[in-house]
Amino acid sequence: MEVVSKWIPFVLERIMPGISSARRIRRREVNWGDRVFYYGLKASAWALGALLLSMIFLIWKMSLPAFHQFGWRFFITNDWNSVTGEFGALALIYGTVVSSLAAIGLAVPVSVAVALFLNELAPEWLSRPLGFFIEMLAAIPSIVYGLWGLFVLAPFLRNYIQPPLADYLGFTPLFSGPPMGVGMMAAVVILAIMIMPTITAICREVFRAIPRSNKEAALGLGATRWEMLKIAVLRSSHTGILGATILGLGRALGETMAVTMVIGNNPLISASFFSSGQTMASILANQYAEADSLLQLSALSAVAFTLFLVSLLINGLARLIVWRVHSQYKSG
Amino acid sequence: MSVISIRSKFSIVCAGVIVGFLSLSSFAAETVLINGAGATFPYPLYAKWFSSYREVDKSVEFNYQSIGSGGGIRQFLAGTTDFGASDAPMKDDELAQSKVPILHIPATLGAVAVTFNLPGVKDSLNLTPEVLAKIFMGEIKKWDDEEILKLNPKVAMPKNQYIIVCYRSDGSGTTAVFTEYLEKVSPDWKKRIGSGKSVKWPAGLGGKGNEGVSSLVKQNPGSIGYVEMNYAFENKFPVFAIKNAKGEFVLPSVKSVTKAAEASLKVLPEDFRVSITEAAGSDVYPISAYTYLLIYQKMESHKGKKIVEFLRWAMGKGQTMAASLNYAPLPNQLVKRVLSKIDSIALEGGSDKKEGHKLN
Repeated sequence: MEVVSKWIPFVLERIMPGISSARRIRRREVNWGDRVFYYGLKASAWALGALLLSMIFLIWKMSLPAFHQFGWRFFITNDWNSVTGEFGALALIYGTVVSSLAAIGLAVPVSVAVALFLNELAPEWLSRPLGFFIEMLAAIPSIVYGLWGLFVLAPFLRNYIQPPLADYLGFTPLFSGPPMGVGMMAAVVILAIMIMPTITAICREVFRAIPRSNKEAALGLGATRWEMLKIAVLRSSHTGILGATILGLGRALGETMAVTMVIGNNPLISASFFSSGQTMASILANQYAEADSLLQLSALSAVAFTLFLVSLLINGLARLIVWRVHSQYKSG
Repeated sequence: MSVISIRSKFSIVCAGVIVGFLSLSSFAAETVLINGAGATFPYPLYAKWFSSYREVDKSVEFNYQSIGSGGGIRQFLAGTTDFGASDAPMKDDELAQSKVPILHIPATLGAVAVTFNLPGVKDSLNLTPEVLAKIFMGEIKKWDDEEILKLNPKVAMPKNQYIIVCYRSDGSGTTAVFTEYLEKVSPDWKKRIGSGKSVKWPAGLGGKGNEGVSSLVKQNPGSIGYVEMNYAFENKFPVFAIKNAKGEFVLPSVKSVTKAAEASLKVLPEDFRVSITEAAGSDVYPISAYTYLLIYQKMESHKGKKIVEFLRWAMGKGQTMAASLNYAPLPNQLVKRVLSKIDSIALEGGSDKKEGHKLN
């Protein structure tokens, strides 16, 4: 309990800074227009919060019948069968978490490298248009990514990437099974491409914020270019990179259409990236429109609620990591 | 050009636009908007019907959302649409949820084609329902399996080629028809998997929509998948001839689907809710199905009259448009029965006066 009571003010302070030492502006000092403006902004902020809460409440209410029926089994069983009325979401949770994490693993190093190149190495005439193009990737609708994934990426993976992987790394469980193109691997690649522009853009902002003097100091001490990037740029911006990663992860967890079109839509738990899978978002896209029974609708709502919880949990966890790293960095 | 003349021109254009809007809105007041939602499978035909019907009655406008049969039934039961559309007939407990009796009006007929991608095999192959069920259950794993070879002795099957089963991952009336057929012909399927708009597939890959399954089949040598007949034809996919109840191997076509409807006329119940998969009779394609419009038996007369008029048109002129889009027209005998069912729709409410007022 003591640990918890120690954490509550810590967390609260981070969610609502200044809550412990809130200062009130005295009424008489504020003019009338300011006050209308202030309350207007306050009302919109609270309205957004209320909107979020009402959404959570509605999804939770819709998912109650499923939670009553299955209880904890809903999260730890893997049987999604609308014919028998058995619903368990384990494979969906697995598919969501694994595809998102793998996409992060693929996208973050590339994004950081791209951001470094554009900011520090590339000449101006190259970095501007190139940066613009990469940011344009974020503007492509996800259904277009899905179609591209289905008609271009999946056949490419099936013909050129998966066979050599199976030949040389087929002894590991990660790359076993017949190469079919669509499946976990296609979903991971699509997700990585989709979250890359976000991570790159934020990393560029973070790198740009580093004072020029830091870099000059590193070079002045005799660091090579790579050592300068390592010491002056990367080391002092890792919280920013982490923050970018969290945003990317948030997008990957909830991505629906593109994943639905390439993941193979078979709720399996398999170590192989060749195998097909199913995510929480994709089963919603697949089954919500044609759900027959109220129990199936409720189970799908429960999946939506779980997706919300998982995103919240991962986001919260990542945020805590940022705080810890941040405070260590400050003190150290 | 002087400033004044530009201004006056501008005001003339403005006035014109305003007058245009006013006349448009007064016109809009006379049109009847009929909302519908449901099945995706007959959507190409419905879209053609709705646009062609503008020539018959300009005052009627249709708004049809092809959101799928399940969604269509839900919206219709909730009363948010004027009519629904479904590939599979509504179940008794669904019908019981409605305060007003609901009519099933057969609109047209379609079929589920089983298609494949085998390098070197361009022509159609023969398949029995038992082998089909075994393939989709994952029991027959390779194309050169003894049971497949036996049915196609003249075809050079690729050696050691794995079968990749492709199915609809989204809930779908097509899946409902296909699994209902397999349930009928294979006790094993009935016990292990059952039927529905989405079932738990024991093997294979899921694609979203007909186009998802089509592209999976197109990309993967060794694959087998089921799509609406129309999709197989348009993609020029090879299809299986399926052995019907009489023991003949029949290819899907408008003709063989019509045969299935004709063969089922004798057993067609009063409310038209029927499954015509595995229908008896010769030249019958066994995986055929009706698709229905769902209509309230009692309607407010102003809108109801327009809906009834449209339904009568759909049974006449509308049926002649089906074949060109690879749907099978209803048999003549059935059209007569459907028309008398349409006559039983009760129109009520005193909005006739309102209608007269609007016309003045």
